[in-house]
Amino acid sequence: MSMPFYVSPEQLMKDRADYARKGIARGRSVVVAAYDGGIAFATENPSRALHKISEIYDRIAFAAVGKYNEFENLRVAGVRYADLRGYSYDRSDVDARGLANAYAQTLGTVFTTESKPLEVEIVVAQVGATADHDQIYRLSYDGSVADEHGFVVMGGEAEQLGTAMTERWRPGLTLSEVLRLVREVLAGPPVDGAPREIPATHLEVAVLDRTRPRRAFRRVAGPVLDDLLAPPAGTSAPTAEPGPSGPASTDGGAP
Amino acid sequence: MTPGSSSFVDFLAAHDPSLLPSSRALPAGSAPPAPHGTTIVAATFDGGVVVAGDRRATSGSMIAHREIEKVFAADEFSAVGIAGTAGLALELVRLFQLELEHYEKIEGTLLSLDGKANRLSTMIRGNLGLAMQGLAVVPLFAGFDLVERRGRIFSYDVTGGRYEELDHHSVGSGSVFARGALKKLWSPGLDAEAAVRVVVEALFDAADDDSATGGPDAVRQIWPVVATVSEAGYLRQGDDALESVVEDISLERTRQARSSRSRHGSLGGDLR
Repeated sequence: MSMPFYVSPEQLMKDRADYARKGIARGRSVVVAAYDGGIAFATENPSRALHKISEIYDRIAFAAVGKYNEFENLRVAGVRYADLRGYSYDRSDVDARGLANAYAQTLGTVFTTESKPLEVEIVVAQVGATADHDQIYRLSYDGSVADEHGFVVMGGEAEQLGTAMTERWRPGLTLSEVLRLVREVLAGPPVDGAPREIPATHLEVAVLDRTRPRRAFRRVAGPVLDDLLAPPAGTSAPTAEPGPSGPASTDGGAP
Repeated sequence: MTPGSSSFVDFLAAHDPSLLPSSRALPAGSAPPAPHGTTIVAATFDGGVVVAGDRRATSGSMIAHREIEKVFAADEFSAVGIAGTAGLALELVRLFQLELEHYEKIEGTLLSLDGKANRLSTMIRGNLGLAMQGLAVVPLFAGFDLVERRGRIFSYDVTGGRYEELDHHSVGSGSVFARGALKKLWSPGLDAEAAVRVVVEALFDAADDDSATGGPDAVRQIWPVVATVSEAGYLRQGDDALESVVEDISLERTRQARSSRSRHGSLGGDLR
């Protein structure tokens, strides 16, 4: 009779965490940052159909990095959770905190009991009446929740991009300023001296707009995005360089 | 966490059927009197459709509510007006609105107008058991078809039958009178403003002859709910605009009535 090898719980958890972290690091980063009129979400995503950022409820949005099929399932579950709760009670009783808790339970359970952890990292954000009432929660593959303020960077080069955001982000930026900042941050440090410029068509951008009456979520694309990304009048426009075209799929999602 | 359909109703049926009106067990006997909503009117115009409803709910011969709203945005490009048992109808609208929004969020696109109309049909069919106990819900659905670029109207029967109506339609207790008025007042090629006047005037006529339909109440400043659905989306008419439309119609009708008043007065009173 053969005995299974003993693996200590520490080692088991560490292996799983390493596995999940590796999967998440393969994907492109998502930046979530507050601006004066709400919360902006942006990522480099050449696909028009496979979204990493989406609406959950009236004032709540969702952003994710990692494996597409896994976070897509979480997103659908979140929409169902929110709609069911709003239908059973009232629309005002649905909040990001409850949703983040539900996600944390799911992620935590899968991390400890399933054979493979979910290779995802997600942000659940809610705009409030004022910037002080905004809520941004970041959830990791193991179910840990962090209550963030101002901005969050997840995915590939999260640490590096996070440092860049820390240096340059401050409260009260306009949407245009935040989006221009995020585009530069997402492009990463200059390679061979020339800064990379991500074309607007390769950016997936959405906002939770505080001023909108009910459903605050709005995708920003096309001419509206071009206008927002345009440098303010008075400064010289940087020479437009065609950015390197990425693969036409969401990272980690396509086989 | 299992993948499923994009329908909220289907999800609810699997997850918690007690929240669905269609899966509730029906008690024996007939239902006690409950408030009823009355007349809904819809008419197309150039580039859209207008839906209007009066503000009265009745319970038997009593007025149960004089400010009830019976016209709602189903989503950005469609509106639904309800006649029949008010409580069930409001629940149906709530579920229908959620159904459309849920689909939109999960799929990332809007349902086609026919898809929305069919969905409503299925939901009404689920209510058949209650309808047979006298608690019928009969909505009128109208929307802007983003493919055909025009306003379309759908009516329903209690069994969920779906019928597309041309030009204009009306449902509820005052619908006979409203429909008569619509036939005379509506003409092809109206603009939105003219169409609003037509539906308000049709409600005026319905309230004139049907006791369950409430007319505009100038004393309490209660006007019908009137909404247009066009390329710009669902747009509810403001109170000020409605007040001037109602005043206009009232003035015209007052003038007509006054000019024939003398004859009415001189003939009454003598019963020999």
